[in-house]
Amino acid sequence: MKAPDFDYARPSSLQEALALLAAGEGGAQPLAGGQSLMPMLNFRISTPEMLVDLSGLPELRGLEQTPQGLRIGAMTRYCELEAFPDLAKIQPLVAAALPHIAHDAIRNRGTIGGSVALADPAAEMPAILLALGAVISLDGPNGPRDVAADDYFLGYYETACEPDELITSILLPKIEPGDSFGFHELVQRHGDYAMAGVAIRSSGIAPLAGLRIGFFGVADRALRVTALEDALNGTDGTDIAGALSHLSEIDFQGDTKITAETRAHYAGVALKRALKEMLT
Amino acid sequence: MTGPAMIFDKPNSYIGQPTPRADAARLLAGRGRFVDDLQLPRMVHAAFYRSPYAHAKINGIDVTEARAAPGVVAVYTGAELSKHVTPYVGVLSHLAGLRSAPQHPLAVDAARWQGEPLVMVIAQTRAQAEDACELIDPDLEELPAVVDSETALDAETPVLHSEFDSNLAWERTVDVGDIDSAFAAPGVTVVERQFRFGRHTGVTLESRGTVCDYDPSEEQLTVYYSGQAPHMMQVIYSKHLGIAEENVRVISNDVGGSFGIKIHTYGDEIAAGVAAKLLNRPVKFIADRLESFMTDIHARDHVVTAKMGISEQGTIVGIDFDDLTGIGPFSMYPRTSAIECNQVLNLTGAPYAMENYRAKGRVVFQNKTLMCQYRAVGHPIAMAIADCLLEDCARSIGMDPVDVRRKNLMADDSYPRNSTSGMKLDDLSHQKALEKLTEIMDYKGLRDDQEAKRKAGVYRGIGFVSMVEVTNPSPMFYGIGGAPIASQDGATVRLDAGGALHISSSITEQGQGTNAILGQIAAGVFGVDIERVKVSTGDTKTVPYGGGTWASRGAGIGGEAMLQAAHALKEQVLEVAGVLLQTPVEALDIKNGCVVDAGTDNERMPLADLARTVYYRGNELPSDLKPELIATRHYRVSDFPFVFTNGAMAAHVEVDIETGFVKVLHFWAVEDCGRVINPMLVDEQVRGGVVQGIGGALYEECLYSPEGQLMNATMADYIVPMAAEMPEITVAHIETPTKTSVLGAKGAGEAGTGGAPAAIMNAVNDALSPLGKSIWQMPMTPERVLQVINRN
Ligand SMILES: Cc1cc2nc3c(=O)[nH]c(=O)nc-3n(C[C@H](O)[C@H](O)[C@H](O)COP(=O)(O)OP(=O)(O)OC[C@H]3O[C@@H](n4cnc5c(N)ncnc54)[C@H](O)[C@@H]3O)c2cc1C
Repeated sequence: MKAPDFDYARPSSLQEALALLAAGEGGAQPLAGGQSLMPMLNFRISTPEMLVDLSGLPELRGLEQTPQGLRIGAMTRYCELEAFPDLAKIQPLVAAALPHIAHDAIRNRGTIGGSVALADPAAEMPAILLALGAVISLDGPNGPRDVAADDYFLGYYETACEPDELITSILLPKIEPGDSFGFHELVQRHGDYAMAGVAIRSSGIAPLAGLRIGFFGVADRALRVTALEDALNGTDGTDIAGALSHLSEIDFQGDTKITAETRAHYAGVALKRALKEMLT
Repeated sequence: MTGPAMIFDKPNSYIGQPTPRADAARLLAGRGRFVDDLQLPRMVHAAFYRSPYAHAKINGIDVTEARAAPGVVAVYTGAELSKHVTPYVGVLSHLAGLRSAPQHPLAVDAARWQGEPLVMVIAQTRAQAEDACELIDPDLEELPAVVDSETALDAETPVLHSEFDSNLAWERTVDVGDIDSAFAAPGVTVVERQFRFGRHTGVTLESRGTVCDYDPSEEQLTVYYSGQAPHMMQVIYSKHLGIAEENVRVISNDVGGSFGIKIHTYGDEIAAGVAAKLLNRPVKFIADRLESFMTDIHARDHVVTAKMGISEQGTIVGIDFDDLTGIGPFSMYPRTSAIECNQVLNLTGAPYAMENYRAKGRVVFQNKTLMCQYRAVGHPIAMAIADCLLEDCARSIGMDPVDVRRKNLMADDSYPRNSTSGMKLDDLSHQKALEKLTEIMDYKGLRDDQEAKRKAGVYRGIGFVSMVEVTNPSPMFYGIGGAPIASQDGATVRLDAGGALHISSSITEQGQGTNAILGQIAAGVFGVDIERVKVSTGDTKTVPYGGGTWASRGAGIGGEAMLQAAHALKEQVLEVAGVLLQTPVEALDIKNGCVVDAGTDNERMPLADLARTVYYRGNELPSDLKPELIATRHYRVSDFPFVFTNGAMAAHVEVDIETGFVKVLHFWAVEDCGRVINPMLVDEQVRGGVVQGIGGALYEECLYSPEGQLMNATMADYIVPMAAEMPEITVAHIETPTKTSVLGAKGAGEAGTGGAPAAIMNAVNDALSPLGKSIWQMPMTPERVLQVINRN
């Protein structure tokens, strides 16, 4: 379990980093906190010729409250976000979810940009971005562009970010008065990747309105089921049996821990529990 | 047993005290000396090309490119290596009929499990060795794999070893009384269940590893070994590499956990020794986590069909079961892979007085990682069979499970006696342990809470186990069967000129505090401050000869040897003191490093003065006085095959019936390990054991695909219990010292692992009982629990 040899560069500007990625022609890979990438290198699952360390890029830093919302530089670590003043008021959903993401040691190094770039189907952050309607800012050879979270997560570890692009920052839109949030995940051990989980935003609770529900740990990627959201909008969220039938739209995946069937059941349980908590 | 009985009552005795362990500060300071910390001049590194298939014929392996890769020093295929090392066969003569095929460190003709080493690459760095492994071009012909133990004996299943007629490695039947008539008797209720116990493994914090260093000028092989039995490994390296035993030195420095994993013959570690000898330079091999999961021995993997009969009054009339266990393609050398099944046959129902017992065990070959002895060998299976059936019976006849135990446990005053299976038992306290348990857990309060919670739709359960643990094994365990495994241990105690004690022992330290209790025993028995005791273990060149630490034998056997040695040294020192002080020996004692007047503790002479006189100024001694300031004693258990301990444990769980998740709310363990030498260490042994037992009950399983591929060989996929989910574990003791030694200590290391799974399973089934559902498979993963809840 030792990584094969690779070159290493630590550029000091975004332009330099993008140039290295472009020159690598697919053989260069960005390195953020390394919490997912380093194991993949050591397992020889990922064998890049060059690692482009993003830790020296000022453009990917920064964590600030703007008129539009909370702007999170891609290299912001989970622990920095956790420590952001008044996070529970500014972004209650994020504050509720962070303690469930891995463990302190991993949150001390793992970055928000890294999680969104990797797009692990069981990771919490992508689902949160969906629920919040976040915007992901990318930069690359063709210049900067913004992608809505809804258009970003495409498949199994597949996103709208091209191999020669970098995530620069993520914008979590400002929350509105009356917004409510719910979060629930089913894990056997605290900090594990979820067997199923949901992140919810609703602009009202009696009745529910403008629901955005991000599911994670269910299929090939974090996703929303708009038919399910529509079925719940306008209800008080206590009788969800009918709405749950829309879960059949999800192509649930099984793994060594659980079958797809149980996962489908767990997704419904997670939703029910998150709503219940949100409504009481 | 006669001996210095007063030693435990002395004011400066450390025995029984929660003395902090001397090595804790060093380990916390990062000064541990684990195998991977070792850097020797000219050292090279080994990596292995391992079989990607569970079963394959080796037509040939082309290593040309690997040999030419950067940094590569040597490459050995199985065929090449086998010229320099003899194969081994894991059988023991007392396990009649056990058979296994010759096993080579690197497979020669066929690969028989995924992960079996085929080629060893030696390079300047481990990374270079791994790079070269990728260049190896094997011609492997995949063969059908025997994965499922339940079909391993079917006629249509391929036979793994052509020299045998089937995949059966061993079988044994025990038949006592008349079980069929007992079950058929009027008023007897018989319950039958099929249990499944998943495979799991030890997951030691420090992985297996070795540095082998060969010096041709002295024909000396030095093996740095992360393990439990240095003298056993000395014999194995000597025998199979053809080096004189005295020229093999095995050194175990710090060992980061072992749990029985590191007490076997692993091909990669043996191959490293061969390479060191061929290359005349040190070779390091450290298993990475993937290699650990694929090649460390696995344990359990039993399917048991079992019945228990109970009378209307709650008397257990007998147990009848059939245990089938898959052990991988070979029986592990030299301890064999039949011991676990044998233990299941020996131990099931051992706490209970019953007349009828029939047990059949079959051990089969299959294409999975080798199975062998891991903490609490066979115990979790044996305890679950008896105690989970017992609670099932209790439910069937509407009796409280504690009352059923009260009725059937062997009486504390009924020993010595035999278990129904024929095990010799003595000094046990099942009744006392159960009463103490129900008291400390507030059994009645929990039942009241359970009823109230049930009304609110919350499913809580309480489960128990009354258990025995095999500890302090005699020569009847391995030695009798021809294994090079010492059943006795030795201890040496030396008084130095400065008044300090240097002690050494053949038992070993893997993190459980062996060295600490040796120091306590020596200091307490001899009479010096524990700060003045220096402990050496784990070096075949310097310590007395002995078995090491396994089967919960360290404290009981090695501790007794230390007690006897310290006592002998004390007598020797007092004899000198008597002469120097012109005082009768009986009037003297040693306390706090001083010779004192017995009774008054009036200080007569510091030990340093005495020792300096002896060592430096012998001229002051009478010429016929020849003082020995060093003493060695050895000890073995002689009148019993094992010294059994007992315990009673209980689990309180809550089952989320919507998801199948099990939360352990509290766990209680009452343990009788005889004399408690250090309550802090014993409690942590029990707690750690319970946690490992909870792992087996709820989390841990090595999962294989139908093709025999291990599917969860990472710490993310193979889940071990972690602190956040662990309950409060309350530990209490009953102390019934064993009469087989002066120290009176029995083992404590495996109780929790052996007992907890049954208690957890009982608690889960108690929680599910209002639904009329029950689960009989471990680990009880959320999905499995949910499936039984949803089953009609
Ligand atoms: C034991 C353990 C448990 C974990 N549990 C969880 C969990 O419960 N939930 C969870 O969500 N995560 C979990 N993780 C993953 C952790 O959150 C990762 O750190 C995170 O997913 C990736 O962040 P990173 O900064 O470490 O990225 P890296 O590992 O450095 O990179 C990950 C990938 O993203 C790419 N990348 C990184 N930054 C950028 C960028 N700015 N632009 C484009 N591409 C980029 C890299 O090239 C790489 O492919 C766990 C990890 C471990 C080791």
